[in-house]
Amino acid sequence: MTATDALHLERLTVGELAGVSLTLAPGEIHCLSGSSGSGKSRLLRAVADLEPHGGEVWLGDIDQASLPAHAWRAQVMLVPAESHWWADRVGEHMAKAAPADLEALGFTAEVLEWQVARLSSGEKQRLALLRAISRAPSALLLDEPTANLDEVTTRRVEAWLMARIRERGWPVIWVAHDPGQIQRVADRHWRIDGTKLVEVATWA
Amino acid sequence: MGVIELAWWQLALAALMVVALAACTAVARLGMGRSLLVAAARTVIQLALVGLVLEALFAAERLVWVALMALGMLLIAGREVMARQRRRLLGGWAFGIGTLAMFLSSFTVTVLTLTVIIGPEPWFRPQYAIPLLGMMLGNTMTGVALALDRLTDTAWRQQAVIENRLMLGQRWQEAVGDIRREAMRSGLMPMINAMAAAGVVSLPGMMTGQILAGSPPALAVKYQILVMFTITLGTGFGTLAAVAAGSRRLFDGRERLRLDRLAAPRG
Repeated sequence: MTATDALHLERLTVGELAGVSLTLAPGEIHCLSGSSGSGKSRLLRAVADLEPHGGEVWLGDIDQASLPAHAWRAQVMLVPAESHWWADRVGEHMAKAAPADLEALGFTAEVLEWQVARLSSGEKQRLALLRAISRAPSALLLDEPTANLDEVTTRRVEAWLMARIRERGWPVIWVAHDPGQIQRVADRHWRIDGTKLVEVATWA
Repeated sequence: MGVIELAWWQLALAALMVVALAACTAVARLGMGRSLLVAAARTVIQLALVGLVLEALFAAERLVWVALMALGMLLIAGREVMARQRRRLLGGWAFGIGTLAMFLSSFTVTVLTLTVIIGPEPWFRPQYAIPLLGMMLGNTMTGVALALDRLTDTAWRQQAVIENRLMLGQRWQEAVGDIRREAMRSGLMPMINAMAAAGVVSLPGMMTGQILAGSPPALAVKYQILVMFTITLGTGFGTLAAVAAGSRRLFDGRERLRLDRLAAPRG
């Protein structure tokens, strides 16, 4: 199933940020950068409606406020920088993980039987991405999705994510620090400057 | 079969032994002498006052006075529930939820027990109503306080887990489900343990008192079973209501976890 809805932020206000308006076409990746504490994560939390905020967010012609909050979050899915797990086994957290996705991230189906307590931070981060995608969202909000990964794995995850994003047509806000990564994945790049977003020219 | 009369001088003998104990701990520098004496003094004063109130209440046998006494007990229990929580809900919610939960469960079960099961004449006869309500409130209070404390404290410590579950599109009930179960468990565990150990490990205080007062053990046992069941009902439904209302209050209309509604811990 291909989602074809754009994600639209209309005068969103949260924390220091005021009046952020942004339109993400289906399949488009917008990178977001800024110094730590500038409000990147809070902006994502506001888009996912986890934090009280002003302004509106639309997914296609669905208003954030018109859906029950849990239904909105199932559509507009936030993957936080640090993932948390509540059950004992990995598989208990997943809706249904496609074998192709598992393989692309360097796992086999066995991983579903693994104990969460045994996972390394890098494994947790990759599995958190799988966990989110296994729930079939319509848009993604990624908070530093490769922060705990080495260079090789980072490239692998990037390639897999970009393929899925193009294929499923998700609009994506991707918080990133690494200029190299931003250059590789971003269609557009925004930097938080005080109370507003400033577009940074992309090299591509 | 009458009860052997206890004179005040006989109590004084027991008090003297408590003083002796306090003296011993003082000599051994264990630092408990003072609090021991203060607690013993409180027991004497509080129970003597309650005795006076009960004497008056039994003599009057009016519904208004019984109801007033019950209300006073309820409010004190509500305050106690609030005081026992590390991170209580702000804005009077801790007191409100605790008191309402105890009111709904303890009062309903007590009135039902009085009217349907025991059936004294009149139904609010203070000799039955006040001790029964006292035992209900005391135990329900412990259950509600334990459950609410566990609920808010665990929610605080597991904020990141709850929010991650919300991010994945879970309903708030699902995201806080494990914590609700744990809170229910800690509220009900004391009563389940008490029922399991009754008569084997411990002789319940009320039954012991009744036997001392001359009741045949078979009747005392029946009363004890009735009281344990009603206490379990009161504690169970009270805890259920408190956990349901308390966990709802942790989230706002948009199913966001609102830990800003909890007070910072004291001490």
